[in-house]
Amino acid sequence: MSRTKRSRRNVTLLVCYGLIALFMIFFLFPPYWMAITSFKTNQEIEGLKGIPFFIQEGATLRHYRDLFAKTDFLIYFQNSVMVTIPVVLLSMVISVLAAYSLSRLGFAGAGVIGTAVFLVYLVPDSLLFIPLFKIVGWLGLLNSKWVLVLVYPAAIVPFCTWLLIGYFASIPKELDEAALVDGANHSQMLLRIFLPVAVPGLIAATIFAFTVSWSGFLIPLAFLFSSDQQVLTTGTVTSLIKGDVYHWGGLMAGALLACLPPVLLYVFLMDYYISGLTAGSTKG
Amino acid sequence: MSSHGSVADVVPAARVRPARRGLRVRLRSRSAIGIFMCLPLIGLIGGLVVYPFFYSIYLSMLNKRETAFVGLANFHYLLSQDTFWMVLRFSFIFTFLAVLWKAILGFTLALVIHTLPTRGQRIWRGLSLIPWVMPLALSSLGWWWIYEPTHSALNWILVLVGVSPKPWLSDPYWAKFSVILVNIWYGTPFFMITYLAGLKSIPQELFESAAIDGAGPAQRLRFIMLPMLKNIIAITMLFSTIVTLATFDIVRVLTRGGPRQSTHLFGTYAFELGIATGDVPLGAAVSLFMFPILAVSAFFILRGIRESTA
Repeated sequence: MSRTKRSRRNVTLLVCYGLIALFMIFFLFPPYWMAITSFKTNQEIEGLKGIPFFIQEGATLRHYRDLFAKTDFLIYFQNSVMVTIPVVLLSMVISVLAAYSLSRLGFAGAGVIGTAVFLVYLVPDSLLFIPLFKIVGWLGLLNSKWVLVLVYPAAIVPFCTWLLIGYFASIPKELDEAALVDGANHSQMLLRIFLPVAVPGLIAATIFAFTVSWSGFLIPLAFLFSSDQQVLTTGTVTSLIKGDVYHWGGLMAGALLACLPPVLLYVFLMDYYISGLTAGSTKG
Repeated sequence: MSSHGSVADVVPAARVRPARRGLRVRLRSRSAIGIFMCLPLIGLIGGLVVYPFFYSIYLSMLNKRETAFVGLANFHYLLSQDTFWMVLRFSFIFTFLAVLWKAILGFTLALVIHTLPTRGQRIWRGLSLIPWVMPLALSSLGWWWIYEPTHSALNWILVLVGVSPKPWLSDPYWAKFSVILVNIWYGTPFFMITYLAGLKSIPQELFESAAIDGAGPAQRLRFIMLPMLKNIIAITMLFSTIVTLATFDIVRVLTRGGPRQSTHLFGTYAFELGIATGDVPLGAAVSLFMFPILAVSAFFILRGIRESTA
């Protein structure tokens, strides 16, 4: 009995490892193919000799060097950083204030706002980018990267607020009552009690804000026209493709470098990332 | 304020009232502070979501130069165009197939990872999320290169196994297949992670008692896992329906809606009309076609979440 059970378990494991291998090939082949292409010489990419999944004629860093020397890649990178930092800060301040208020200072209408926050989080950017295009035009912000600092928080704050409400709600009410009796005011309570306790939530929310801001594509594509205003996503996709001959090596090098910040963040903070993802439900 | 005190109880009132009034003032100031702290949020949502939404409805009823009110003429015009019906049809096919496959593959993967020894689970889960972490516009660029017909990987493999190479992005059928595949690649990790969290939350005793009753793997799936995860499966699929329907990056990078407008979704078609060709009202009208599906999904998501937390 136990022997058949064990052999059945072995068969199950074998099937599972087989399946996971297939999944891993499916998931990881695109980034692998991008990476291998970015290190190949142009002749090797064009030649397609032997097995193309390995570098056979020597690796080169030329595509990366050209990216910095001959294209506007560094400008895009700089723009992405300059936009993302204020977006993250602004979104976090607004979300923390709102989450504290909605989870603790029950006022008339707090419930309605809570539900509204959730519903707004479900609104995708492809529903509203056209009216926003007009509104941004009135404000004179078309073709300025700073427009992203205005627009992105609207996509980020609802989810972050919702996430933080969950973390704040888990802090026992006795704690803030005790603090209030001791004469603490709301800003002291928020800074000394809520924020320290909710650090994992804050990290998860910050990661979310960073990721949304860094990977945004539709809004900058629609609102920004000139090359010096582009961010990494739009810059890489639109400006690195020049003429009829595609420079696949350079293109893949750019795409891969642009992917690096969110991927590194994920590698080091995986658990926070996943706790944010499973905090109920996220976009999928 | 509190005016129902009489002269008779001045003395005790003097002792009690300040505390009471203090509490009341404090309560009032508390809700004032509460609203004050929510103001940035309310301003943001009002100015950049609620107002644009209503403005979008108004905008969709103007003529191309935005000089005259034309009622529902834009919607009439769209519904009389074959191209728009193609967009409509492909948006539904895209969303249906992509969500279905993401759910099936995501559930399978979650089950596989859950079955493997615990010490390896972290690494498999971590690697599986890579497609989800990469910015979609950039990974779509990688796929664009994979689909390249003469110098790239996919057709090389096909030739190797003796199948004729395919025109991945230049033939309507294969182009549709290609954009759906990329969406499945991108979204499956998200399904896996929510389903895995769900599987972990099922009490182990249920499986143990089922094993004593002689339940096999199929029965465990049918009578324990699926019923226990019913809610999370439904909510995840509804969420994904909204986001999948709103897909923009993949199609824009891979095909720009081509060949012959066969892979346009609402988002990319709205972009084409509203931004690229400058018919803003018509573009707004295309986007608004997404709204009914969105609203219905949102309603059921909200209901599902209330049920599972109640």
